[in-house]
Amino acid sequence: MNNRINQLFERKKENILSVYFTAGFPNLNDTVEIIQQLEKNGVDLIEIGMPFSDPTADGPTIQRTSEIALKNGMSIKVLFEQLKTIRESVSIPLVLMGYLNPVYQYGVEKFCQKCNEIGIDGTILPDLPLDEFEANYKTIFEQNNLHNILLITPQTSEARIRQIDDASEGFIYMVSSSSTTGAGKKVEDFHADYFERIQAMNLKNPRLIGFGISDNATFTNACKYASGAIIGSAFVSSFSEEVKTADSVAQFVKNMLTAD
Amino acid sequence: MKYQVDEKGYYGEFGGAWIPEMMFTNVDELKRRYLEIIESDSFKKEFDQLLKDYVGRPSPLYYASRLSEHYGSRIYLKREDLNHTGSHKLNNTIGQILLAQQLGKTRIIAETGAGQHGVATATVCALKGIKCIVYMGALDVSRQAPNVKKMKMLGAEVIPVHSGNKTLKDATNEAMRDWINNPEDTHYIIGSVVGPHPYPDMVARFQSVISAEMKKQLLEQTGSEFPTRILACVGGGSNAAGAFYHFLDDEQVELIGVEAAGKGVDTNETAATLTVGTPGVLHSSRTVLMQNEDGQITEPYSISAGLDYPGIGPLHAHLFKTGRAKFLAATDEEVLQAVLLLTQKEGIIPALESAHALAALDKIKMNPDDVNVINLSGSGNKDMETYLDYFGY
Ligand SMILES: Cc1ncc(COP(=O)(O)O)c(C=O)c1O
Repeated sequence: MNNRINQLFERKKENILSVYFTAGFPNLNDTVEIIQQLEKNGVDLIEIGMPFSDPTADGPTIQRTSEIALKNGMSIKVLFEQLKTIRESVSIPLVLMGYLNPVYQYGVEKFCQKCNEIGIDGTILPDLPLDEFEANYKTIFEQNNLHNILLITPQTSEARIRQIDDASEGFIYMVSSSSTTGAGKKVEDFHADYFERIQAMNLKNPRLIGFGISDNATFTNACKYASGAIIGSAFVSSFSEEVKTADSVAQFVKNMLTAD
Repeated sequence: MKYQVDEKGYYGEFGGAWIPEMMFTNVDELKRRYLEIIESDSFKKEFDQLLKDYVGRPSPLYYASRLSEHYGSRIYLKREDLNHTGSHKLNNTIGQILLAQQLGKTRIIAETGAGQHGVATATVCALKGIKCIVYMGALDVSRQAPNVKKMKMLGAEVIPVHSGNKTLKDATNEAMRDWINNPEDTHYIIGSVVGPHPYPDMVARFQSVISAEMKKQLLEQTGSEFPTRILACVGGGSNAAGAFYHFLDDEQVELIGVEAAGKGVDTNETAATLTVGTPGVLHSSRTVLMQNEDGQITEPYSISAGLDYPGIGPLHAHLFKTGRAKFLAATDEEVLQAVLLLTQKEGIIPALESAHALAALDKIKMNPDDVNVINLSGSGNKDMETYLDYFGY
């Protein structure tokens, strides 16, 4: 199987840095440049957010970036158009993250085919639960070499974690605390027992820890318990009008990867 | 049984539990336990007792003679406006607070539009001494001010929501986020037959007391359990679900839901989901939604805060799709006229929401012998400011 997500986790076992951004933010046409800059500065995996009007699993930061992105005119159609030739310049795995309804309106099968055509490696669709995915969409995803990444949280029972592990391909998205994105709970505050409990389960899939990772310290801490970590809200908050997108991305990634 | 939920939480193609993993443990627990709890003898006993002594049930079925004369057909009003707190909403919150206690939850959250569900939730939380947080769109906070004050007096915290259109949908988003952030001690009391399975079925069961009583009262008053038709307004659809529930399989009874047309179904300012909507997934349910071609939810509009919602309960989407129920829409203007008509013909000031059902009487053909039941879901007390403004008293 030649999915770039699997290749990444075969090649790299620790300190994987994954970054989320909302497509269409800060400006409609920043998408390609942000992706190129993230790769150039050492990011291993990128989650491209497809904005939705009602992001119920997201905190204030991503609510705001989504709202602006939609005002800027972002949609799945526009995003696919922007990404059409992305594989000419970018080789790290790319994952699309968003809510089900826009994908559903686009047409799930057409969406998966388009992902395959472009070279998208996976999706994260928080409101597409495991049972519905398996009953309705699994085959379409497989046919298009697309991994649907599933989440676990501190509340997820051991039995369900096993079930999710069996159903997962690529990696498991381990939500660091019971929260919406960017909720401000810091990774230091989390009970290490959740991370250790999961570590001790010896799951077949690698894990990335996300939600609440905001700087080098929280990133480094999360990396002790998983193959790497995911940064979202902190990254999209780092943009400002004064700094050019390319410089802003470079600075952010540098800060993430260096201890101060 | 054709119109009951199946074990996966579907009404035909609508429903389900499209929840993020962060909500799984709570929703799964509810799904596994709600029937066993609400069908237990101890639950039923306390629920029935509270409905009787606290809510004041059964609510009367009132023959509205002057309104009947006006329309030339027999019209009965199911007086949910006479319930404690002034609407049908308390039937559901009584049920859910007892359930939350069984589940060992110590913190209650709710969303509210008109504030009726918020007040009904704050009321049962006061009754049981449980902490209560109500999310309410900032626009609704200002247009339903008396209810905001009531909730506060009842000891609830009211959190204004500033995202989106600042109405019911946005309040629901924020309540869901709260539940994600507080998965251990909190129960989310959803106020209508919306949200993930088992909520639509659970809320419909709690509201089904309305149609259970109707059957008995109709038999006493008309000699038959079965009316010609039942009309109810539909926001999420809980009062309509309760009024239809025990008649769903009695296909001779015509069921009519009335949505809010706002300024008209052909304008951008409407909340008539079934007229302008298409299938999609929102608030963890596959149902009919108001959305654009990119799948972004469009902002609804209605003068009535309780109907200002871009979705509809999956049961109603199914009743619509199968043709079991008919759905009409009434404009703000038509509704205000219906408010005045009922007020001056019967001495009953209805809620804006309920007046949508009344306004539909002008849109249907009725024979003199027909028995028409209107579910009068709530009282107009909360809407007095709007009425005084509009009518200029
Ligand atoms: C009096 C009244 N009727 C109806 C509704 C609409 O809710 P539902 O469609 O769930 O009955 C509300 C909601 O606030 C209400 O206050």
